[in-house]
Amino acid sequence: MAHEDAKSPYYLPTGMPAPKPAPDGLDTEFWDAARRHELVVQRCRRCDAFQFGPEWICHRCHGEDLGWHRVSGRGRIYSWERVWHPVHPALKDACPYIVVLVELPDADNVRMIGNLLGDPMRDIAFDAPVEAVFEDHDEGFTLVQWKLAG
Amino acid sequence: MSTNEFTIKDKVAIVGIGETKYYKRGQAPVSEFRLACEAIRKAADDAGIAVSDIDGLASYSNERNDASRVAAALGLPALHYSNMFWGGGGGGGSGAVGNAAAALVAGYAKYVCVFRALAQGQFVRFGQAPAAKTVSGPAAYTMPYGMSVPAHWVALRTRRFMYEHNVTQDALAAVALAGYHHAQFNPRAVMYGRPLTREQYDRSRWIVEPFHLYDCCMENDGAAAVILTTADRARDLRNKPAYLMAAAQGSGYRQGASVENAPDYASSNFKSLAPRLFAMAGISPRDVDVAQIYEHFSGAVILSAVEHGLCAADEVMDFFTFENITWPNGKLPINTSGGNLAECYMHGLELVNEAVRQVRGTSTCQVKDAEISLVVSGPMVSPVSDLILHG
Repeated sequence: MAHEDAKSPYYLPTGMPAPKPAPDGLDTEFWDAARRHELVVQRCRRCDAFQFGPEWICHRCHGEDLGWHRVSGRGRIYSWERVWHPVHPALKDACPYIVVLVELPDADNVRMIGNLLGDPMRDIAFDAPVEAVFEDHDEGFTLVQWKLAG
Repeated sequence: MSTNEFTIKDKVAIVGIGETKYYKRGQAPVSEFRLACEAIRKAADDAGIAVSDIDGLASYSNERNDASRVAAALGLPALHYSNMFWGGGGGGGSGAVGNAAAALVAGYAKYVCVFRALAQGQFVRFGQAPAAKTVSGPAAYTMPYGMSVPAHWVALRTRRFMYEHNVTQDALAAVALAGYHHAQFNPRAVMYGRPLTREQYDRSRWIVEPFHLYDCCMENDGAAAVILTTADRARDLRNKPAYLMAAAQGSGYRQGASVENAPDYASSNFKSLAPRLFAMAGISPRDVDVAQIYEHFSGAVILSAVEHGLCAADEVMDFFTFENITWPNGKLPINTSGGNLAECYMHGLELVNEAVRQVRGTSTCQVKDAEISLVVSGPMVSPVSDLILHG
């Protein structure tokens, strides 16, 4: 079961694919910011629209000058699922685990995927408030996880 | 030129259908390519044409057995049309048929074969994540969190819909049980002779909530094919033509936005297609006699039915009962061959074959006096497609 081993600092076991910035440089800043424990979302410098996942052009105004905007890290659970079947060898003994789709109200409700830290068998409410948690991995990357807001 | 002429309605028909024996994953005794060729030959036989009459080939989902190799292997005198529908998953099942229809109306070709071969035992399995050590691009935001296969995103969309419309597990179970029920009459079905009870459904393991094992499509080896030609040629062929009333394809506003960012998320992605489909057909959803709705996962059938106007979002629990969606007594039988859940996961092309059988009157779960037959392909991917046939 996910996170059962209290000694592991990670929600899922090691051996999952590690995120690596896109070779074309599109999202280097997202992963660098996560390493600094900052959550950033791509934002158009011309029309201020947020967008995620990142893209080379603003979907609203077609502006090509896109920056990254730091957001609060507070969101709400738009949808969630309890995964029981391991689809990757590293997950063999890690099921069930929780995947959440989190909506960020301070960034035009863009959504991010992560895990909800804590007991995977507890009841989870739609629209429950959550906060970003930065999970530093020894391999040099940081995942953005979520916990229920207090 | 009147706008009426910008349509495929009644101009094209499916005149031949074929499929190989359907196998469980890894059990096909021959190569995927040979399966493809066999399905095409059978479709030509069924149509009553020579294989050498085929002058167009179309498929979808990055079909591995490319048109040039198939044309060379079958010794086709000439290839006048070859086409691949963009996008992964089963979203192109009806779209490949629609593209074939467009090519026929345009005069590019005379007999176009749409085929799909899939031997998941010989190639990559859709239900397993790749074993890469690192991942970039949109997948970098999902795979490290154990969210990587179609079951995961279909479950997230389905759950949000269930939450918004008070849909319970009973509606999903009805879809699964209906598929298995229909498969018991269909000797082609991989699950023929393997009935499913509600108790077995409830006891089966979770794959990802809300999907039990039986809410998920199978993994299979096999191939299926259909042959289309123009209405004037169709009339002289062996079988009763299944005329295309309409075909539509595409995607709603930013449905392809990555990392689950489609603005209208609790959707099957048919809201922009279904009105165009029914407008071209000139019928309303209540005229549909029988429906084949792609079920990689049961929940997607429910959202697709709603977006095609077969039932309202807040009537799902009344509509999706085993009694209502099964042959012979249901108001709208759905997936009458067993479909992806229980006949064969031939990436949804087996649903087109079944839709043709229904208007021919030859289904193993033949809906009485079925005239109008709906196919819905690949909900919750982008692009998706659908079509309507009539006898």
